[in-house]
Amino acid sequence: MLTANRLIDGTVLYWRGGGWVETLGEADVFAEPQTADAALAAAKDFVTRNVVVNPYLFEVKDGRPVAEREIIRAAGPSVRRDLGKQADV
Amino acid sequence: MYRYDEFDARFVAERTEQFRFQVERRLKGELSEDQFKPFRLMNGLYLQLHAYMLRIAVPYGTLSAPQLRMLAHIARKYDRGYGHFTTRQNLQFNWPKLKDVPDILAELATVEMHAIQTSGNCVRNVTSDHFAGADAEEVEDPRPVAELIRQWSSLHPEFSFLGRKFKIAVTASGHDRTALRYHDAGVEIVKNSDGRVGYRIYVGGGMGRTPYLSYVVAEFIEKPDLLAYLEAILRVFNESGRRDNIYKARIKILAHTLGVTAMRDRIEREFAEIKAAGTLEVPEKECARIEAYFAPPAFADLPETALPTGGALGDWVTSNTHPHRVRGYTIVTISLKPIGGVPGDASHEQLDGLAALLDDFSLGELRVSHEQNLVLPHVRIKDLPALHERLTALGLATPNAGLITDLICCPGLDYCDLANARSITIAQEISKRFADGARQHEIGDLKIKISGCVNACGHHHAGHIGILGVDKKGVEYYQLLIGGSAAEDASIGEILGPGFGEHEIADAVERVVDAYLKLRQPGERFLETSRRLGLEPFRTAAYGEQRDGAD
Repeated sequence: MLTANRLIDGTVLYWRGGGWVETLGEADVFAEPQTADAALAAAKDFVTRNVVVNPYLFEVKDGRPVAEREIIRAAGPSVRRDLGKQADV
Repeated sequence: MYRYDEFDARFVAERTEQFRFQVERRLKGELSEDQFKPFRLMNGLYLQLHAYMLRIAVPYGTLSAPQLRMLAHIARKYDRGYGHFTTRQNLQFNWPKLKDVPDILAELATVEMHAIQTSGNCVRNVTSDHFAGADAEEVEDPRPVAELIRQWSSLHPEFSFLGRKFKIAVTASGHDRTALRYHDAGVEIVKNSDGRVGYRIYVGGGMGRTPYLSYVVAEFIEKPDLLAYLEAILRVFNESGRRDNIYKARIKILAHTLGVTAMRDRIEREFAEIKAAGTLEVPEKECARIEAYFAPPAFADLPETALPTGGALGDWVTSNTHPHRVRGYTIVTISLKPIGGVPGDASHEQLDGLAALLDDFSLGELRVSHEQNLVLPHVRIKDLPALHERLTALGLATPNAGLITDLICCPGLDYCDLANARSITIAQEISKRFADGARQHEIGDLKIKISGCVNACGHHHAGHIGILGVDKKGVEYYQLLIGGSAAEDASIGEILGPGFGEHEIADAVERVVDAYLKLRQPGERFLETSRRLGLEPFRTAAYGEQRDGAD
């Protein structure tokens, strides 16, 4: 998957179909490294246009991030379930 | 407390407008992120896991009621209703929007606050003893010296682009509450054999991936020479500190590579040059001007008063008060460590509630401690029952200051972009494990400190029991350290062995504490027992039932 932060407010974003969405569940999963790299290259254009900062790829398995860092980033602080994206679910 | 003069007010106002312009340029695309990042960092603005984070300076940990109310207002208006007090006496908001930050800084400026130099490779917020001006044992109030250093180091043209950050602490008490020897430079206010007040200077302390304790480079610096001597230290660091490797760029690496003799010689040479020029001699008049702001408040002439005992009030008084230098008064620690809570967090309601307490109970002052608690420095002993009642209503009367559940920890992987593992969840589990008050008092003075990565914002090296979160292939593990101290008996904790899993670490801590209770001699603190016996009994206890560790 591909993620970044929105410049204006820092919100965590995910890549979907050439643009950005706010929830991980809606995001594209890249089965092939080439597709992922192409998306990352395309995301750089959004950096240039000052829409997002710091785009990068991360690993998922069965649609769920492998690293704890990305699980927390997708949900919000595990110690404050009332905050972050998890609060809207 | 210190009030801005005309220069201070103009400086902060100009800096706020300058940053507003930089944010506007960034949002219009006139600045790239690479160009903008140094500007935002110099104004305390980070990009973390979920959002931006704004770190606000609380110089030497002193806050007034209007400042607390402003922090509560910002938490409500621009953030998510709470703030987080850090291990360097600062306050962090975890959810500000970039577009709002200039307005936040402008509002802060109205109460003489800012976020300048709370990040970046510069001299950071100067910290001090949270009992300053109230402790019975201090030589003199350390805050005027901290303020002097703050003024000298703010936007210092020579030291705004150092190889790495530089942290200074100031203490005036034999009981160190500032983690002095873990700072890049430490200033200890002392009296010499003639009874003259001056400064013992330490250099080369730090935590992070290579922890060091500082050593003494000057036993006694005269008052007018303080800034010249600090400038000499910074010059040596700026000239000879490494810039090729971020992990070796702090002055601790230079100081411990050169050794005390060579380091002292280098500093002395620079000091002699600066002193000869005479440009940095601290004017007595300016010292007096600053000291006047920190003049003791109008203490009443009170009779000797016994501390209240018994019940919840008595428990709280036992653990959360400290002797005051003036008869009839006491120092109160307000624990920000509710059992199972987030260490250091305070809601906007609590911040507002505290502001209302200050004038009634503490002569208008609040302090922030590096142990993530708050302090009312000047409380009449006779007011303790009423104060306790008000704090209880605010959820701020946890009776655990200095006990095992008064643990400190960094935000960890729940918030921080640098973290490898969560630290708050571990703090919460340990806190619940040792919630029983009688058990806490039986254990006594035991400081647990937790960091979510090697950067050590949770001071794990300095914990009697330290915990370091590490990442093993995306899974959180926790290393246990034993024997650290940030106090006047400073030491660096040693790693016990392989790491424990997320659900094993609290058990391991409990086994280590149980071993201490069995092994200690009468009156012996955990730290003393661990120094007497070494690691082995604790290693045996910790790993007794542990199976699957990580190196």
